[in-house]
Amino acid sequence: MSAVAVEGVWKFYGDYPALRDVRLEAEAGACLALIGRNGAGKTTLLRLLAGFSRPGRGEVRICGTIPRDPATRRRIGFIGHGISVYDELSAMENLTLFGRLYGLANPRKTAGEWLERTGLERVAGGLVREFSRGMRQRLAVARAFLHSPSVLLLDEPFTALDDRAIAVLQGLLGEALAEGRTIVMSTHQLREALELATHVALLNRGSVAFSGDRTPEMVADPGFLYARYGEG
Amino acid sequence: MGFLRQVMVVAVKDLRAELRTKEALNGALAFALVILLLFAFAFDPTGDTTREISGGLLWIVFAFAGTLILNRSFARELPNDCLDALIAAPISGAALFLGKAIANYVLLLAVELVSLPVFGIFYSVRWTQQLPELLLVLLLGTWALTVLGTMTSALTVNIRLREVMLPMLTYPVLVPALMGAMQLTMTLIAGTPINAENVMWLKMLAGFDLIYTAVSLVLVETVLVG
Repeated sequence: MSAVAVEGVWKFYGDYPALRDVRLEAEAGACLALIGRNGAGKTTLLRLLAGFSRPGRGEVRICGTIPRDPATRRRIGFIGHGISVYDELSAMENLTLFGRLYGLANPRKTAGEWLERTGLERVAGGLVREFSRGMRQRLAVARAFLHSPSVLLLDEPFTALDDRAIAVLQGLLGEALAEGRTIVMSTHQLREALELATHVALLNRGSVAFSGDRTPEMVADPGFLYARYGEG
Repeated sequence: MGFLRQVMVVAVKDLRAELRTKEALNGALAFALVILLLFAFAFDPTGDTTREISGGLLWIVFAFAGTLILNRSFARELPNDCLDALIAAPISGAALFLGKAIANYVLLLAVELVSLPVFGIFYSVRWTQQLPELLLVLLLGTWALTVLGTMTSALTVNIRLREVMLPMLTYPVLVPALMGAMQLTMTLIAGTPINAENVMWLKMLAGFDLIYTAVSLVLVETVLVG
């Protein structure tokens, strides 16, 4: 059973098909990099995988079940374009809140551990609205990893991150892969993504133009896929 | 985690966030007090007619002030894409809805409980004559406004003109509940207890609450995820 399976998925915005018959799979422990130009359908696909919306046609499966299944949602960690934490709450309150929503046994303790791992323990009681951009991004990373998800869905995770946040995220993603978790990430930062990826899928106007193992040529020349399979 | 615990986690989060900024609470409270004051100047507060319509006036103020709180309910989740995180969490849409509705209910009741004594002073109304019954009407009427407004807030969260759309969608559907609450409030303020003649309004109010709560709990997942 694949950790992530996308079977003949179509997604329409009005009459416009944002995704056209997309078929992808990622086994447990794989890191699938979704690449493609703006508007190729990467975010739409990740939002379907996260269960934020439903496909018009086809099926999305995470560990064999639909993403909206509560047990499946416990297995998913998501980082989107926003940081998905509350400005009016403190870092500790934010992580404790999500720890409770995910049914963790000791949300406060786990929150404290993640604040430490992301270097935010000294500002645990500080309101997020007073945080710098980099601190907010590290908190977003902590929120996504808090419940030890087995499938990580990351929408352009390296965009606008500062050096420290990139280092934290790369470290955590490396650990996640070593632990056999599955990562699906969309990105425009090809070099960072291709270093981590085991598989690559190129989306071109909502369709999969290429899907396969990451090869040394891709790492050596991140523009290789675009040159070979189209601009998207 | 049990359903009720999920509900309480969401409700406490919303209340904590609102009490930190007091954006909606201060706005709603100020609005309610200013409207009560302006109407007191516009009408002769000692007139019998004014006292007769004051129950209706009170509920119109509650409904208008309430939309300021209800508008913020799901809109609060938009900055930083927090709604995504809530939808991704393993809680049902019903728990999310109910948690938000309870937080809104507490805030609306707080505004109403501050407005009531002010209303009594401005309109020379002895609103404490039938206090337990009046509180019952307040609880039922406010829940009707809350449940419908919270659902509409979820429906309009991604619409640019949501501040306009929420009252436009809420008020027409709310009319039966508002009529019941207005009729009962007028009767109780006049010192008449709830009797066989007007108990129908109370039943209608309770029925409205039950039906719209059930419908919202069933539909909210579809509204949020599609």
